[in-house]
Amino acid sequence: MILLIVFLPLLAAVIAGLGNRLLGNTVAKVLTTGALFASCALSWPIFIQYLGGGAQPTIAPVFDWIRSGDLQVAWALRVDALTAVMLVVITSVSALVHLYSWGYMSDDPDQPRFFAYLSLFTFAMLMLVTANNLVQMFFGWEGVGLASYLLIGFWFKKPSANAAAIKAFVVNRVGDLGFMLGIFGTYLVFQTVSIPDILHMAPAMKGSTIGFLGYRFDTMTILCLLLFVGAMGKSAQLGLHTWLPDAMEGPTPVSALIHAATMVTAGVFMVCRLSPMFETSPFALTVVMTIGAATCFFAATVGLVQTDIKRVIAYSTCSQLGYMFFAAGCGAYGAAMFHLFTHAFFKALLFLGAGSVIHAMHHEQDMRYYGGLRKHIPVTFWGMMAGTLAITGVGIPAVFGNTMAFGFAGFHSKDAIIEAAWASGQSGASIVGMIVALLTSFYSWRLMFLTFWGKPRWAQSEHIQHALHDAHGHDDHHDDHAAHAHDDHGHAHAHGDGTGGYHPHESPLTILVPLILLSIGAVFAGFVFHGYFIEPSAGEAYWKGSIAFREHLMHAMHDVPLGVKLSATIAMLVGLWTAWMMYIRSPGFPAALVEQFRVVYNFLLNKWYFDELYDLLFVRPAFAIGRLFWHRGDEKTIDRFGPNGSAWVVALGSRVAGRIQTGYVYTYAFVMLLGLTGVVTWAIYVSAK
Amino acid sequence: MIGLTHYLVVAAILFALGVLGVVANRKNLIVMLMAIELILLSVNLNLVAFSAYLHDLVGQVFAMFVLTVAAGEAAIGLAILVIYFRGRGTISVDDVNRMKG
Repeated sequence: MILLIVFLPLLAAVIAGLGNRLLGNTVAKVLTTGALFASCALSWPIFIQYLGGGAQPTIAPVFDWIRSGDLQVAWALRVDALTAVMLVVITSVSALVHLYSWGYMSDDPDQPRFFAYLSLFTFAMLMLVTANNLVQMFFGWEGVGLASYLLIGFWFKKPSANAAAIKAFVVNRVGDLGFMLGIFGTYLVFQTVSIPDILHMAPAMKGSTIGFLGYRFDTMTILCLLLFVGAMGKSAQLGLHTWLPDAMEGPTPVSALIHAATMVTAGVFMVCRLSPMFETSPFALTVVMTIGAATCFFAATVGLVQTDIKRVIAYSTCSQLGYMFFAAGCGAYGAAMFHLFTHAFFKALLFLGAGSVIHAMHHEQDMRYYGGLRKHIPVTFWGMMAGTLAITGVGIPAVFGNTMAFGFAGFHSKDAIIEAAWASGQSGASIVGMIVALLTSFYSWRLMFLTFWGKPRWAQSEHIQHALHDAHGHDDHHDDHAAHAHDDHGHAHAHGDGTGGYHPHESPLTILVPLILLSIGAVFAGFVFHGYFIEPSAGEAYWKGSIAFREHLMHAMHDVPLGVKLSATIAMLVGLWTAWMMYIRSPGFPAALVEQFRVVYNFLLNKWYFDELYDLLFVRPAFAIGRLFWHRGDEKTIDRFGPNGSAWVVALGSRVAGRIQTGYVYTYAFVMLLGLTGVVTWAIYVSAK
Repeated sequence: MIGLTHYLVVAAILFALGVLGVVANRKNLIVMLMAIELILLSVNLNLVAFSAYLHDLVGQVFAMFVLTVAAGEAAIGLAILVIYFRGRGTISVDDVNRMKG
């Protein structure tokens, strides 16, 4: 069954990709979407079996891969509680994104390619989470990287999309180098790449040292840190995060599937999968926690001021990934996986909702040109609402005698992370978590208020004006407006109501159905599943050792001070109130605030100048070195003395030889004579000897 | 007494003149043909001289063959010359430069 789950998407991808135009749009779409829904339908029973506690970890061998001395690598699909979570997340979100793409990509000329890439990505991601050894995990790791590259650059005629795709690929290479070194080091230390064997042997290696770069380090610390560098790259953690916001150049379904719900969580998955290894190195865990908390805070602050709707959600993703890492760093792997699980639903929902808004607004992504969309696209609005309630963590905490906490998905998982951080003694990280909860609430509500409330502001948008002038008669009952706008070019704002005569309309059903289904996930995923992921006894029974489940920590979570328990809810309310004050009550206030704190605002707007810093530190020197090798090395040395040099010698030789070829009979006769004389002389000389 | 050496010297001088006529001649293709005849005749002279010296008639028979071939060669050469003149209106050696590869 697991074979079907993993290989159906691959099969669909290969057929749709190779068949491409031969098959046509509809066949390719039905094939890939059908395969994904089949995978999804097969995954849920596995997950439910694990929830029931009846299932044991299984390994399904596929075939041998590498057999070379001590190095034994086999293709095998491992299913345990951890994989089961990832299976349902990946296949569910992927299936819904496939369906969503029917509507979102319906005007694209290259649909079979798009769907083939999506399915290929799903296959690679499934390979990653079912890996039984590090090499197979690396295969999936690179596979999702490739699919991500292909999909970011899907609109390859856009130079910015190509640049973003290359950036994602290159930044990920940095992380991958760390991951590869980690794999090499692990093999060096344990003589195997099999994950269960490594995890079994890891505790025994605690305290040993290893030489690296000429110094002695704690073995497990250095291995964990190297592997974590890989996780940082894939999961866009501070330092290697720069590719994720740029990846928004890809189509929105891709952002939802790859850059929010699944691929970027691969790093979190990896840390959880190898959690017994990380448990042996407190220092590595501290690093994981610090980086996670820093990313969490950094991305949230940048998210506050972005105006592109997709970028806000991208930084929000980055920030939530930071949450997951700092939960893992505190030893609350269950909470990290829980947040991963709930985040997949509500973040995919937010992205798909944003896609629906963008679809309705003719590819206008700037929130400053939205406003008042609530009435125009109600289903999208309610979907986004569910997502926002989930990400900001709306819910009733279990305090003041209330024994049953109830709330939207993010409420359960984020609370768990903050409480776990406090309970593990990392009160500093916990406080960062609370502050970020406030920031999260603010930027999420800011997005909602700017998009769905207030007065329409899209008359000035270039995209909308294009749409008005192009789509004449596009929508029957708006014909009079369109015609009006058509008559007086550039005077669209004459309408005075900010709509410019354009009226957004709700997206088609294929877009709305995934939104509705994901809304259900965003509302209930936290409440229904939190017991299995983080409750001490139920969690232990569920995970069955597939992650290092710290039962005492989960117990301690219940005994944190009242303030900590309430903190996330208070932060959420403060964020909501602030956003409401700034964007509904007195819309002029943000501009005044920007004037007041111009430096801070620019610092945030330019993403802490990370891109500029990297440009200065890495990109420019790399270009300079490239130009040096190109002009000096290649053109002036290799080409000059190599191909060009030999060509020059041949040309010169033939020019000299060509001079003998006069065309005059007597010249030829003379040369013949010379030759004859030579031959005769030689003959006489030889015979005389 | 005129001996073999004298014949050979005369033949060698004729041969050298013939070769020079071919190589150094810049004017006229007919002169070039005549120079070739001269070379052949010098060879004939050698053949006949050795034939007489060695009392072997084969040499003189061979000389007859060479004369025949020379006659044929002259005929063909002049025929080419006539055709060439019709085509290009000149038989000046310096204008015959079409044999470039």
